[in-house]
Amino acid sequence: MSFKDKILSSFIALENEVDTETYAHQLRNEALASFEELGIPQRKEEAYKYTSLKSLFNKDYSLFPKKESAIEYGDIKPYLIHQIDAYRVIFIDGIYSSHLSETTHDKFDVCLMSSALNNPKYSPVIEAYYNKLAPKDGLTSLNTAFAREGAYISIGKNIAVEKPIEVVYFSTGNESTLMTQPRNLVVVGENSQVQIIERHQSLSDNQVLTNSVTEIFADKRAMVDYYKIQNDHLNASLIDHTSVEQKSDSEVRLHTFSFGGALTRNNLNFYQRGEHCNSILNGVTIIEGKQHVDHSTLVHHTAPNCESYQQYKQIFDDKAVGVFNGKVLVDKVAQKINAFQQNNNILVSDKATINAKPQLEIFADDVRCSHGCTIGQLDEDALFYMQSRGIGKKEARALLMFAFANSVLESVKIPEIKSRITKLIAKKLGVEIGFDL
Amino acid sequence: MSKYTEEELEKELQNKEYEYGFYTDIKSDTIPIGLSEEVIRIISAKKNEPQWMLDWRLQAYRVFIEMEEPDWANVNYEKPDLQAISYYSAPNSKPKYDSLDEVDPELLETFKKLGISLDEQKKLAGVAMDIVVDSVSVATTFKKTLAEKGIIFCPISEAIQEHPELVKKYLGTIIPQRDNYYAALNSAVFSDGSFCYIPKGVKCPMELSTYFRINEGGTGQFERTLVIADEGSYVSYLEGCTAPSRDENQLHAACVELIALDDAEIKYSTVQNWYPGNAEGKGGVFNFVTKRGLCEKNAKISWTQVETGSAVTWKYPSCVLKGDNSVGEFYSIAVTNNFQQADTGTKMVHLGKNTKSTIISKGISAGKSQNSYRGLVKINSRATNARNFSQCDSLLMGNECGAHTFPYIENSNSTSKVEHEATTSKIGEDQIFYCNQRGIDTEKAIALIVNGFSKEVLNKLPMEFAVEAQKLLEISLEGSVG
Repeated sequence: MSFKDKILSSFIALENEVDTETYAHQLRNEALASFEELGIPQRKEEAYKYTSLKSLFNKDYSLFPKKESAIEYGDIKPYLIHQIDAYRVIFIDGIYSSHLSETTHDKFDVCLMSSALNNPKYSPVIEAYYNKLAPKDGLTSLNTAFAREGAYISIGKNIAVEKPIEVVYFSTGNESTLMTQPRNLVVVGENSQVQIIERHQSLSDNQVLTNSVTEIFADKRAMVDYYKIQNDHLNASLIDHTSVEQKSDSEVRLHTFSFGGALTRNNLNFYQRGEHCNSILNGVTIIEGKQHVDHSTLVHHTAPNCESYQQYKQIFDDKAVGVFNGKVLVDKVAQKINAFQQNNNILVSDKATINAKPQLEIFADDVRCSHGCTIGQLDEDALFYMQSRGIGKKEARALLMFAFANSVLESVKIPEIKSRITKLIAKKLGVEIGFDL
Repeated sequence: MSKYTEEELEKELQNKEYEYGFYTDIKSDTIPIGLSEEVIRIISAKKNEPQWMLDWRLQAYRVFIEMEEPDWANVNYEKPDLQAISYYSAPNSKPKYDSLDEVDPELLETFKKLGISLDEQKKLAGVAMDIVVDSVSVATTFKKTLAEKGIIFCPISEAIQEHPELVKKYLGTIIPQRDNYYAALNSAVFSDGSFCYIPKGVKCPMELSTYFRINEGGTGQFERTLVIADEGSYVSYLEGCTAPSRDENQLHAACVELIALDDAEIKYSTVQNWYPGNAEGKGGVFNFVTKRGLCEKNAKISWTQVETGSAVTWKYPSCVLKGDNSVGEFYSIAVTNNFQQADTGTKMVHLGKNTKSTIISKGISAGKSQNSYRGLVKINSRATNARNFSQCDSLLMGNECGAHTFPYIENSNSTSKVEHEATTSKIGEDQIFYCNQRGIDTEKAIALIVNGFSKEVLNKLPMEFAVEAQKLLEISLEGSVG
């Protein structure tokens, strides 16, 4: 049975479990039809030219995991930013874990997608925002058809959320192969502020495929600070679709740290729908072995006087493969845009590969758009300089690589995340030194 | 000397008469429009080609019919109906006009601005004229000089007859028949083109150009050019012309193959100014060209192009840097105005060690045009110490045009260095104001700024072209000032 057939037959099983009278279920039916038509993206499609999903989808995934596993706080503690107080929405094998989470309905909502989809109280928000932004391609349609759970974050006007919100998806390995379809919705009202950390983590070496969709809406003057930490096991793959809509004077900063996983594909789309928006897309990728990380970004400027900054720093060792496909689209009306895109890569091994495609599509004349893409090595002179002063070769290399990635780290606003990422980088590079000297 | 020339001229004229007569005969045979194996056999027979050439064409045709027209380029156009084209037309034996007065005054105005001599104007516009003694003598002296050095420079149909061993050895090695849709079509039906061979260690003493080939007919719709630079040789080849050509053919699908053997250098410059269609975007030429060069050890290929014409351009002059230490260069200016669309760029494939490539691309879009740069830099895992530098700058004039960049970078070598940068901007109001202040009107100021913007590429053009190209830029952008 092909993957597609399995999906179509599993949908009937899903219908037995969910309330079929809801708005969300109506969308599910439409999405299933669209998935049936579009299917899984193939290599011949331009967007997946350098990333083959074939090996991911020839496995027999379990789509409906068994009920909650016995996972204790101690098991997951290392994967949380535990030093800080935070709201937590924790999922185990795609199912919400109430005893590990800390949600709220006080002033604003940080809760579950399942309750938001089924409770009429939330239907105005769901009907206004749910599935409005995510692109309607094969994989997002697959998610829409099967999504039942995820984080629902809705923040009204004039609220600065006092502590970060952590959304973590764990997979336990109870199933030998598992596919999950997390679905997140973040709606941030006028003048509000929020910090969100998202992570997908598997707790065993079993096969996991996560097909995640996140929609973020930032209203006027809202500020959203979003961090994605990807440091998973070698058998875990992630296909992430994140779409962001910004109204005037808003600022959305999104950081992606890709340090591990078999195949990681990040589809990141920003749509600016108002003047004076600022979008910041930053990323650090450090991978080795046979890992594959693909960043596909789009910044669509539809209104004048906006800015966007993209900065992706990537280091590849062994047989790792990196893909960067960045696109900046400037509409005719979007004059006085300042769009900047930078992609720097270091290939450490001769077997590693990077495929980059930084694109500009510009229809307005009064704009400043630039992109730069480099592929190179560590500076031999700098290495020699450090070695001549008694710093070991390995440490010297690590220091240089850290310095290479540092411009992205500097823009991380949560100190705990910064120090966590710094430690992860040191571990990745196999050195004991702390970089915050 | 002068007497000799006159005698020579007389002979030339007689030959010419004969040629015309011969062609007229052919013309009376009608070839049905459309594309079929039969048509290819007729073309081959008319050209009196050997069997191997016919086989090669037929092989290409069989590949072609299995292919589909590509649609990945960032251009929109109505696909040409290949069955509505006549694939063999004898060169125009009858002049289009009897005197210059009948020629479109707009065209003459452009000639004047470009500073083209009256005789040349007549030739370009297709006016009947006596053969200019000067040009003929120039052409013949040039041919003699070339022959002395052992350089072969002739139409490719002649080369097929007279140097079959060279043509057979190299034709289709760089652009195989199945390379792409239009290359396959070209391989099957190419009418004529140029062939050039520079022997070992010879430095070609002059810029080879189609310009001087008085005796040969106008460039065809499906041109095939093959340039071979043997070990240690050098050649600079010029193609095209700054003067606008009012070609009736809607589709041009040419193929250019360059082969630079060890230590050789080829410099290939193009100026293209085909009919871009009128200001409403009606008509115009589709220019779908495949150009590629192969560099052996220490060889160098340099492409320079100035693209101002054609309604739709689809062209990627490429270099395959196969030999160690080989160098590929690409310098391009693409200007689009009104409803023109250009999707152009280059491919640099690094296979050998220490290979270097430089890409400088300047796109200028005005009016309602769309201008895209599409390039590939590919570094093979064995290409140690490969180096690439790419720079793509776009200049937008007016708020209804578009500039796009699609660079593909594929690198699998850790010792290589690749740099790519692209910028898009418009002409600063302060720059124009500065010029205005000093008494330079806006139109002239824009020309000045555009010239400065394109300087890096213009500098790479051979002298005689550079001056005309500069003026051409000015003319192409006329009336684009908002």
